[in-house]
Amino acid sequence: MIVGAPRGLQPVNGTTHPLSAVQETLSPVPDVTASCHIPNSSSSSSGGGGGDKEVVLTNGKPIETSSPASASSLLNRLQLDDDLEADTLDLYASTETRDLFVTVDDPKKHVSTMETYITYRVSTKTSRIEFDLPEYNLRRRYQDFDWLRMKLEDSQPTHLIPPLPEKFVMKGVVDRFSEEFVETRMKALDKFLKRVADHPVLSFNPHLNAFLTAKDLNKRQGLALLTKVGESVKQAAGGYKLRARPPEYCVMGEYLDTFNQKLGTMDRIAQRILKEQTEYLVELREYGSVYAGWAGSEDALTRPLEGVAGCVSTCCGAMEDLSEGMSQELLPVLREYVLYIESMKNVLKKRDQSQAEYEGRLEAAVIRKQEEKTPVPVEVEKCQDRVECFNADLKADWERWQSNKRQDFRQLLTSMADKNINYFEKCQSAWESLVSQLQDDQAENTNETNCD
Amino acid sequence: MCQVCARDITDTFMVERETALLKKIDINVAESEKRSGKNTVNMQETYTVYLIEIRPANAAEGGLPVGDSPWRRYSEFELLRTYLLVTYPFVVIPPLPEKRAEFVWHKLSADNLDPDFVERRRLGLENFLIRVASHSVLSKDKIFYQFLTEEKGWREAVLETGFQDKADSRLKSLSATLRVKNPDKSFTDLKQYSDELNSAISHLLRVRAKVADRMYGVYKVHGNYGRIFSEWSAIEKEMGDGLQSAGHHMDTHSASVDDILEEEEHYADQLKEYLFYTDALRSVCRKHELIQYELEMAVLDLASKKQQREELTTGAVRVFSLKGMSSKLFGQESPEQRESRLAALQQSIQASEDAVLDKNQECREFMRMSWEEVKRFKEQKDRELREALISYAIMQISMCKKVGDNMGTATCDPHHVTRTM
Repeated sequence: MIVGAPRGLQPVNGTTHPLSAVQETLSPVPDVTASCHIPNSSSSSSGGGGGDKEVVLTNGKPIETSSPASASSLLNRLQLDDDLEADTLDLYASTETRDLFVTVDDPKKHVSTMETYITYRVSTKTSRIEFDLPEYNLRRRYQDFDWLRMKLEDSQPTHLIPPLPEKFVMKGVVDRFSEEFVETRMKALDKFLKRVADHPVLSFNPHLNAFLTAKDLNKRQGLALLTKVGESVKQAAGGYKLRARPPEYCVMGEYLDTFNQKLGTMDRIAQRILKEQTEYLVELREYGSVYAGWAGSEDALTRPLEGVAGCVSTCCGAMEDLSEGMSQELLPVLREYVLYIESMKNVLKKRDQSQAEYEGRLEAAVIRKQEEKTPVPVEVEKCQDRVECFNADLKADWERWQSNKRQDFRQLLTSMADKNINYFEKCQSAWESLVSQLQDDQAENTNETNCD
Repeated sequence: MCQVCARDITDTFMVERETALLKKIDINVAESEKRSGKNTVNMQETYTVYLIEIRPANAAEGGLPVGDSPWRRYSEFELLRTYLLVTYPFVVIPPLPEKRAEFVWHKLSADNLDPDFVERRRLGLENFLIRVASHSVLSKDKIFYQFLTEEKGWREAVLETGFQDKADSRLKSLSATLRVKNPDKSFTDLKQYSDELNSAISHLLRVRAKVADRMYGVYKVHGNYGRIFSEWSAIEKEMGDGLQSAGHHMDTHSASVDDILEEEEHYADQLKEYLFYTDALRSVCRKHELIQYELEMAVLDLASKKQQREELTTGAVRVFSLKGMSSKLFGQESPEQRESRLAALQQSIQASEDAVLDKNQECREFMRMSWEEVKRFKEQKDRELREALISYAIMQISMCKKVGDNMGTATCDPHHVTRTM
C-alpha cells in the first residue's frame, strides 16, 4: 500500500485568513502543493516523491497548480451568474475527476451467542492505483469505524478528522436496533466516510485503505505506518508552554466556542419544537374525532362534518411526517457539528503544543548557540518545519471545514423549509378538495330543489 | 288569555310570513362605550353599553335613524330575551352571545372589558337583534320594537306586561318532577338531539381551545430560531446575510399565529351561537312537556270527578274513602245533602270537561306551531352550519397559503438566502 504525498502543505507565509471569504486576489490556497521540507518522509516510498521540490503525485501526474485558484474564481463568477450549481462544488477538492467513491448502506442485524450487532455494507469504487481492485464490497460494524477514526487521528494529528455519530447510547432510553436509530447512524457513518474519502490527505491514509479493502482488520496490531510528522507530534506531549498564540488561531478558537454555543441552543430549540408539535398532534387528533362523532347525530350535515374530520386527519399525518423529517435530518447535523467542533479544538490544541515545543527548543538552542557558538541543531529546524506544516494543514482543513459547513447548513435550512412547505401544501390541498366537494354538493342540492 | 294570544299569533303567523320587520329596517349595533354607575346594590361598577341604530331599509346611505337610537347594556338584552322566551314559548328564541368568555385558550382574555371580547359581543348582539327582527312572529312584538327605538321607559313597559309572573309560575312547575305518561315521540327525539348537539359542540369548542393553545406554542418556539439565527449571523462572514434573512422569515412565521387564531375565533363564535340555540330547543321541549303534563292532569282530574259522581249516584263505594267510611259508621247523609253535593259536582265536571277541551286544543296548537318552528330552525341550522364549515375550510386554505408562501420566500427569494450562504 502506497501512501500518497501529503498534499495540503504550504509555507507558513502567504496564507489567506481562515475566516475570509473567497479572495479576489488569490494567494496560493491550500491544495497547491508548494514545496515543504519533509526530510525522510515515509510517504515517498515510490521514487522521487519526497524531499523533492517538484510537485507531483506519486502516480506521476502533475498537480494542476492553478486548480484551486481557478475553482474559487469560478465560484465567484458563478455566484454572480446566479448559477446555483457552483455552490455545490467542493471548493477544495481537486477539479480533476474524483477517483474514490464510497457508500455506506444496507444495514443488517447479526445475532450470535455472545452479542447482537448491526453491520453495514461499505462499497468502494475507485480508479486509484493505491487500490488493487476497482471495486470493493464488504461489511463493517460501528467498532470498525471507530477503529478507523482512532487510527486516522493517531496517524494524521495535524488534520481535522470528521466526527462519528455517538458511540454510547443509553440502553434503556434508546433502542439500538430500531429502524430509526439504525438509519440515522448509518447516514452519519456514510457522511463520515465520504468526508474522509474526499479529503486530499486523509483519503490516502493506509488505514482507510485497509478499512475499505481488507477482509479482516487487524485491529490489535494496527498498521505501523505513521507519518513522521505524526510521530513527532505525538512525542510533543506536554512539557512546553505556549507563549503567544498567533491571533488567527485565537480567532478560530473563539469562533468555535461561540458556534458551539449557538449549536447547543439550536438543538434545544429543535427539541422543544418537536415536543410542542407532538402535543399539538395529540389535541388535533381528538379534534378530528369530535367532528366525526358529531356527524353521527346529524343527517344533512354528515358530509361536511365527516369531510372536516378527514381533513384534520390528513393534517395530522402531514404533521407526523414533518416531525419525523425534522428529527431525522436536523438533529443529527447539529450533533455532528458539535462533535466536529470538539475535534477541531483538539487539533488546535495539538498545534499549540507543536508550536510550544518548537519555541522551547529554539530558545534553548539560541542560548546554547550564544554560549557555545554551536549552530542551531537540525532538530530545531525540524520542529520549525513541523509547526509550519501543522499550520498549513490546519488552515487548509479549516477552510475545507468552513466550506463544508456552509454547504451543509444551507442544505439543511433549505431542506427544513421545504419540509415545512410540504406540510402546508398537503394541508392546503386536503382543505381545497373538501371545499370543492362541498360546493359541488351544494350545487346539486339547489338543482334538485329547483327541479321540484 | 293564553288561548286568545295563541289564536292571534296563529293567524298572523300563517298569513304574514313575508313581511317580517327586517324587510323594512336595517338594524345596526353601531358602537360600544364604557360607562360607570351605581348598580342595584349601590356599588360603583364599570359596564359597557351598545348603541342601537335603526334605519329604513330602502333609504339611501345616511338615511335618518328611526327612534331614539338607545344605548343598551347586556343585562337589558337578557331581559328582552327572557320576555320573548316566556311570551312565545313555541318559538326557538335566538340566543345571546355568551355572558362570560368561555372555552378560552390561554392567550385569549377572559376579561369582559377586553376590547376584543367587547367587539365580538357587539357583533353577537347585532346578530341576535337581526334574527329576532327576521322572525315572522317575534318581529311583530311591540316590546321588541320599543327596545330598538325607545331610550326611556322600556324597562317599565316590559315589567308591566307581567311576563315575570308567568316566568315564575313556569319555573315552579318545572322544578317539580314532571312525569308525563304519554310523551310525544317527536319531542323526545328532539330533546335527545338537542342534548347530543349540545354535547358535541361543547366538546368541539373545548378541544379547539386546546388545539389553539398548542398551535400557539409551536409557532412561538419557532420565533426562537429568529433570534438564534441573528446571533449566529454575527459570527459568520459568508453566511451572515443568508442567516439574517432566514431569521426574519422565522420571526414572520412566528408572528403569523396571532392573526390565524383571531380569525378562528369568529368560527368559534358561530359554533357557540348554535350551542346556545340548543338551550332554546330544550326550552320548547320543556314547554311542550308542561302542557302535556297539564293536559294529563286535567284528564285525571276529570276522571276522578266523574268517578265521584258515579259513587254518589249509585251509592256504590268502589274505592275506600273517608266519606264512605264515615257514612257507614255514622249513618248516611240526607237526600238533600246528597242532591246539593251532586249538583256541585256536576258543575265541577262541566268545568273540568271544558278545561280538558281547552288544554287539548292548546296542546295541539302548541305542537303544530312549535313543530313548524323546529322545522324552520333545522333548515336554518343545516344551512348555516354547512356554510360555517365551508368558511372554516376556506380560512384554513388561506392560512396554509400565507404561511407556505412565507416559507417559500425563505428558500428561493430568489435563491437569496441560500445563495448568500
